[in-house]
Amino acid sequence: MIHFKKGNPVQPPTIPTASLPDIVFILLFFFMTVTTIKDQNLLVENKLPQANETEKLTKTDRIIEVFVGHSKQTHGSSKEGVVQVQMDNRLVEMDDVGHQAVLALNNIPEHLRKIAIVSIKADHKVKMGTITDIKKQLKKVNLLKINYTTVEGDVFQNLKNGF
Amino acid sequence: MRSKRTAPDINAGSMADIAFLLLIFFLVAASIDNDTGLNRILPREHVKTTVNIKKRNLFEISINPQNDLMVEGELVEFKDLRGMTIAFIDNGGLVQGQKGFCGYCQGEQSAFLSEHPNQAIISLSTSRNSDYAFYVSVQNEIIGAYNFLRNREGLKLFGTDYESLVSNYNKAEVSVSEKSMLKKKIETLRLKYPQKLVEPETIYH
Repeated sequence: MIHFKKGNPVQPPTIPTASLPDIVFILLFFFMTVTTIKDQNLLVENKLPQANETEKLTKTDRIIEVFVGHSKQTHGSSKEGVVQVQMDNRLVEMDDVGHQAVLALNNIPEHLRKIAIVSIKADHKVKMGTITDIKKQLKKVNLLKINYTTVEGDVFQNLKNGF
Repeated sequence: MRSKRTAPDINAGSMADIAFLLLIFFLVAASIDNDTGLNRILPREHVKTTVNIKKRNLFEISINPQNDLMVEGELVEFKDLRGMTIAFIDNGGLVQGQKGFCGYCQGEQSAFLSEHPNQAIISLSTSRNSDYAFYVSVQNEIIGAYNFLRNREGLKLFGTDYESLVSNYNKAEVSVSEKSMLKKKIETLRLKYPQKLVEPETIYH
């Protein structure tokens, strides 16, 4: 026989929530350490091509970033949709890339300058002419270590995405 | 006389909410981006050296504005590129006993492909209107070919492949002695299959 308990109902046990803030703070600190906040406001389109034989750029203290892409639609500027180069948070002319790279190199600690890497972050729609020009500029200022920055993925996707 | 007062309780119930707000702010504003990419070293400017190389030791890849791939004078499919590159580098075209014979190569010893990985030079020419994405794909395949061969040698010599040697080397927690050992191994493999890539400025018509 089943007997149902009668009488005063049992109060559900309360869950202690005092440690909840601590847990959330730990999560917060975790995210603060593993993530990076983008310091550049992208002025050009930047969808990187894919590649799988890549090496990681883990040490960010020796990297000079060069963004290349069609400029984003900004308030009726005349340069809309033209392939542009962005360095140091602003658009630079092609002839100025070398000079700008040297300026960026000066911000890198002295002992790392010899192993500085220029990370070319070019949009997948950019034509090779622009890239060749950038490489010429970098050669002029003797910055020879470059990195074609990509996202991890299958190269055949590049072909499918269409040209 | 002072009356004994207890410190007033601070209501900590909203602490969790505040922390959550902060957390969400960081999740939105930050991004976990570990940049990856293909490392390349540009040649120096104003160093004009002419070296006589044999035709068989040069592997010519060119990309035209329509993103067609031409390898050694023939149109090829992109998916065949890696295999062809591996066959070229790893050919080891000399006979045993000849000077410059490649003892570790496993290629077909064809008379038209490279003599030794040391001699094998890849030439990659592009036109100004070729697509960057396609160029990156081709570079990826070339690096992939080298990685394949280095991995194979690494497994044979040290029991670990080249890529895991490199990723172990880049880890922060390895000791100095281990690091120098890894470096030695990596350099041995790199010497066996050195990457020699030239990018001529003009394309042949």
